Amino acid sequence: MTKHRLFWPAAVLVAMLLANLLFTPNFFAVHTKEGHLYGSLIDILHFGAPLILVSLGMTLVIATGGIDLSVGSTVAIAGALACLYISEASDPGSVSTVLVAVALALAVALVLGAVNGLLVSRIGVQPIVATLILMVAGRGVAQLITDGQIITVTSDPYRLIGGGYWLTVPFSVLLAGAMVGLTLLLTRSTALGLLLESVGGNPVASRLVGIRAHRLTTLVYVASAVCAAVAGLMISSNVSAADGNNAGLWIELDAILAVVIGGTSLNGGRFSIGGTVLGALVIQTLSTTIYTIGIPPETTLVFKAAVVITVCLIQSPQFRAKATRRRTTAPGGQQPKPASADSKVSA
Amino acid sequence: MSKRAAAAVLAGAMIVGLSACSSTGGSSDGKKSNGKLVLGFAQVGAESGWRTANTKSVQEAAKKAGITLKFSDAQQKQENQIKAIRSFIQQKVDVIAFSPVVESGWDTVLKEAKAAHIPVILTDRAIDSADTSLYATFLGSDFVEEGKKAGDWLVKEYQAKPGEVNVVQLEGTTGSAPANDRKSGFADAIKGDPKFKVVASQTGDFTRAKGKEVMQAFLKAQPKIDVLYAHNDDMALGAIQAIEEAGKKPGTDIKIVSVDGVKDAFTAMSQGKINFDVECNPLLGDQLMELAKKVKNGESVEHRIKTVEGTFTPEQATAALPTRQY
Repeated sequence: MTKHRLFWPAAVLVAMLLANLLFTPNFFAVHTKEGHLYGSLIDILHFGAPLILVSLGMTLVIATGGIDLSVGSTVAIAGALACLYISEASDPGSVSTVLVAVALALAVALVLGAVNGLLVSRIGVQPIVATLILMVAGRGVAQLITDGQIITVTSDPYRLIGGGYWLTVPFSVLLAGAMVGLTLLLTRSTALGLLLESVGGNPVASRLVGIRAHRLTTLVYVASAVCAAVAGLMISSNVSAADGNNAGLWIELDAILAVVIGGTSLNGGRFSIGGTVLGALVIQTLSTTIYTIGIPPETTLVFKAAVVITVCLIQSPQFRAKATRRRTTAPGGQQPKPASADSKVSA
Repeated sequence: MSKRAAAAVLAGAMIVGLSACSSTGGSSDGKKSNGKLVLGFAQVGAESGWRTANTKSVQEAAKKAGITLKFSDAQQKQENQIKAIRSFIQQKVDVIAFSPVVESGWDTVLKEAKAAHIPVILTDRAIDSADTSLYATFLGSDFVEEGKKAGDWLVKEYQAKPGEVNVVQLEGTTGSAPANDRKSGFADAIKGDPKFKVVASQTGDFTRAKGKEVMQAFLKAQPKIDVLYAHNDDMALGAIQAIEEAGKKPGTDIKIVSVDGVKDAFTAMSQGKINFDVECNPLLGDQLMELAKKVKNGESVEHRIKTVEGTFTPEQATAALPTRQY
């Protein structure tokens, strides 16, 4: 069982949840309040949903050997655009206004993703550089859209996306679940996943055997931007406000971490969507744990770093082998490397 | 063909980048003429609604006072601010004012200003320098005082009520001056009475999203919360949503005291969701213009001047709401 690739991320998640039980005896309690589910576990899923989505897109990009640093800016731009449109509309509470706002945000995300994808696939800019442009410029664009202000919207249909409930479950969780399911279906029930892994493993060889590597590469950046835009809608909808300066700030780093914890190689050529979902949940559980058990804010980052290093080390087969073979003679042991250290980026 | 398309896309991306720079950067140039006082003002950036209100206040006050304003936006970068100050020195403005992005590293450029006999006024944020002769005065809020005002209100509110009062605190960005000072001022005010207990305190990074997330966790982890103290209004507004989702009434089941006094918070106060708000005033333009005239005329000014700041109860907030600018 320990051989299964999802065993270690799952074990870490379970261990963290159990650790919470020691501090908060009713941590697992879930009951209905105000007509919806209420409890710490629901919180983790609810606040984890945007991160799951961003990480989902990131997984596909990393599978092709790339990386997308611009997702945080895309989150901010999508939320800002949607909120600006709704706040200026004559009828902010109507479903049609909200649908247009969502369509607008997604359309812009398509363009942003396509720019990233074309820069990487057609012009051959290194992914880290290509997406860095939008990461830096995008935050400025988001602030231009909001005019440096926080835009507050009052619109019940918009609030549903990230802060509402459907059949007592947070709508954002259902939406994230649906998008994960769709991606799983597309990548694992068709050849798409195999093709992505092939492009990530060796783009030149893939092209020579007839795979349209350029097109696939462009596609994953578009998918990543769309995932980020939906996450941006969720984040701004959850607080009914768009904050161009802070929405999705550093979420790209959390997403990369979630992907790594989930066992996807940063070298490309191998990916696990289930692992990424577990990784994102591990990160959100960590945040919730810090708030719940009351780690002082000054030491929060140290605590997080310690947990992440531990997680990455027990994920690494080499490290586990070293640790268990410590007392016996270890023949020709490889250098243990933490899972996050091998970040060769190939275009 | 595809290469050409890609090049067009790249060009488009660059234009987006350029326009982002040009619209927030740059300085408006005013000519030094007809004996008008010229003030060079180097702003931090446009990072929040508070800051935008601050900028507008300075620009409008300058117009009203008949002062020629040379305005520069540093986009949150110290090197931009230093460049702006150097260019003010070269243009021989009468007075330089700026809100330092960070606390340290200003000695060299301020010595240049001193050598050129141009007085410097700090606004909103202080600098950390042993040589206090480098600036004429520091005009800004007293964050410790703000925290104290919040704590004083709490003590008064619960004066006649015995029994423990459990307080949760949403702190600002860890390590920032407003977060540190508002926390210590508040702690000083309530330490006299042992019935006040801060049962949980976490950072919400001054944002609504984090405020909501942290408050949700507090509500689950803490069996009894009487009061929420938030270091700014945005976090309080996020927390209000979390409290409502937990089936409690903000302002009634959990009393809320916050700092800043922005318009959205006043709206919440008029609905009874925030009980007390300490003002942190960005509208220091008029005070700044008065000071600029004084230091130009060689009059002595105090080295530390606090901005005029009030506090708001829900009734006062409701009354002030229609005229609130930010």
